[in-house]
Amino acid sequence: QGKFTLLRDTGTDGSFLVHHFLSFYLRAGCKVCFVALLQSFSHYNIVAQKLGVSLTAARERGQLVFLEGLKSCLDLVFGEEEEQQSGQPSPLQFIRERASDLKALFDFVRTSLTPIGGDSWKGPVLLVDDLGVLLSLGATPVAVLDFIHYCRVAVCCQLKGNIVVLVHSGEDSEDEENELVVNSLCHHSDLILWVEGLATGFCKDVHGQIKIIRRVSLELMAEQDRVQIYQYKIQDRNVTFFARGLSAAVL
Amino acid sequence: VFTEEDKYGLYSNLLFKYFLAEGVVCGHHLFVASAKEHPDNILKELPAPLLDDAYRNELGEEVTAVKSEDFQDSMKIAWRYQNLPKMEASPTTSTKFGHYYDVSKTMSPELLQSLKWHSFYLPEELSLQPNVKTCNMNSAYTRLLQSLQRIIYQEGFDGSDPQKKQKNILRIGIQSLGSVLWGDDICSSDTPEDIHSLTKFLYVLRGLLRKSLSACIITVPAHLIQNKAIMERVTNLSDVVVGLESFIGSERETNPLYKDYHGLVHVHQIPRLNSLICDVSDTKDLAFRLKRKLFTIE
Repeated sequence: QGKFTLLRDTGTDGSFLVHHFLSFYLRAGCKVCFVALLQSFSHYNIVAQKLGVSLTAARERGQLVFLEGLKSCLDLVFGEEEEQQSGQPSPLQFIRERASDLKALFDFVRTSLTPIGGDSWKGPVLLVDDLGVLLSLGATPVAVLDFIHYCRVAVCCQLKGNIVVLVHSGEDSEDEENELVVNSLCHHSDLILWVEGLATGFCKDVHGQIKIIRRVSLELMAEQDRVQIYQYKIQDRNVTFFARGLSAAVL
Repeated sequence: VFTEEDKYGLYSNLLFKYFLAEGVVCGHHLFVASAKEHPDNILKELPAPLLDDAYRNELGEEVTAVKSEDFQDSMKIAWRYQNLPKMEASPTTSTKFGHYYDVSKTMSPELLQSLKWHSFYLPEELSLQPNVKTCNMNSAYTRLLQSLQRIIYQEGFDGSDPQKKQKNILRIGIQSLGSVLWGDDICSSDTPEDIHSLTKFLYVLRGLLRKSLSACIITVPAHLIQNKAIMERVTNLSDVVVGLESFIGSERETNPLYKDYHGLVHVHQIPRLNSLICDVSDTKDLAFRLKRKLFTIE
C-alpha cells in the first residue's frame, strides 16, 4: 500500500505491463482510476477480456473510472463553447491554455479515487498510460512532475493507495524533457519495472528483458536496491517470464 | 500510418499514392490534404491497378529473377540460417490482400468517376476564412482538423447516423505534414516557436481516427526536422511508422550489396492494437526498388 511503481520501457513496448496491472488490481477488488492517454477504451477492454476481466462491467459498477484521453481531447477541441463553460472543466484543460498546470487533471484523479460513503473497494489505485503524452500535448516537465507529486500525496499518503505509471525512455533519446521526467520519477519510485528489447536484436521466442528494481535504498539508508532480471515472451493471453537464457526455445 | 519521407520525396510520394489508389479500387471514400500539390493533380497521378491475370504475369517475371539470384548468396552466410524460410516475395493465391499497381500508367478517369472524395488544398482553404487558432495549435492544422471532423460527422463515418446502412471507410492522405508550407517551422528552425503543434495535431487526429471508420497515411519530411525529440514523440503517437531512405546521392548508391535496390525501408513501429501481441514479421531488413512498372519491397 502507498507504493509508487514506475513502468519503464526502452526499445520495446511495455504496455503489456499496463494491461497486467489493470486486470490485477480490478480482480483484487481495488477502485481504479485509469488515465488512458494513448489508446481507446475498447482496446483495453478487448485485451482485459482475454485476461479475464470486463472493463465495461467494472465501469458500470463504479469500480473503474476511465479517462479516455483521446475522447476527452476531441470534446475539448470540437466541443461547443457553452457546453464547456457550464459543465466541469475538462481534465485535459491544459491543452487549451499556454503555460498551464495540470491541476484539472489532478482534481479529476482525486475526485475519482476519494471514497464515497457506501464504497467497499479495497484501496484506490491510479494507473497512467502513458505519461509522456502529456509532454507531447504541451505540458512542461515541471507541470508533469508537480502533477505526479500531488497525486502521490493524495493517493499514496492520504488514501493509502498505489500508483502505477508507464513512461517511455530511449538509450539515445534526444527528448531531454522526457528523460528529465523519467529520471526524476526513477529517483522517487518504490519499484521500477524496466522493460528492454534484447541487445542482440529481435528474437521470436524472447521478446525482451525485464529488470525488477526494488528501491530498498529509499527506506533504509545503507541498503542497496535489489535488482532481478528476467526475460519474457508475450502471448495472446499471457506473458511468460523465465531466467535469462532459459527460454523454452533454447532448452 | 506515418511515413518518413526520403530526401527528395520521390518514393514516399509513391507510397502515398498507392495508399490512395487502393482506396479507389476498394470503393472507399478519400480525403486528400496537401499544402503544395493540388489534390486534383494528386488524384490524376494515381497508379493504374493491375487486374488479375496481368499482375501475375508482371510479378512472375520480377520474382523469378530475384529468387534464383539471392538463393545462392544467402546460404553462405551462416549454417544456422539455412533452414529459415525465405520471406514471401508474393502473396499466395488464397490470401488476396490488396491490389497491385502499374506505376508506368495512371489510373483511368473512369475509375475515378465513381469516386467520392474530399479535397483539402491549404492555399485555397486559408483564403476562404480568416486564421483560426485552437488550443495553441498552428492554424493550418486547426483548419485541417476541423475539415476532417466535419466530413467524418456529416458523412457518418463515426456511426453518428444510424440511418446510414452502408458503412464505408474513409482513407485520409496528408502530404508533407510539418513542412514549412503547413506554416510549421520545425523543419526550418533549430529552435521552433511551437514544438507542440504537430504532436497536438497528431493526438487529435488519432482521436478522430479511433472513433471513426477511417485510416490515415501521413508523410513527413523527417530528415528536415532538426529537433529529434519531435520525431520520437511523433513515433509514440502513431500506430505504424515507416522510414524510407533512398540511395540517391548517398554513399550507399555505389555499395555492391545494394546494387539492385533504390533504398531501404525502416520499420520503426508496428501496431499493437486490441491485443497483447503484435504481428512482427521474421524479416527486418527491407529494401525497395522501383522498376519501370512495379515498386517492390523485399
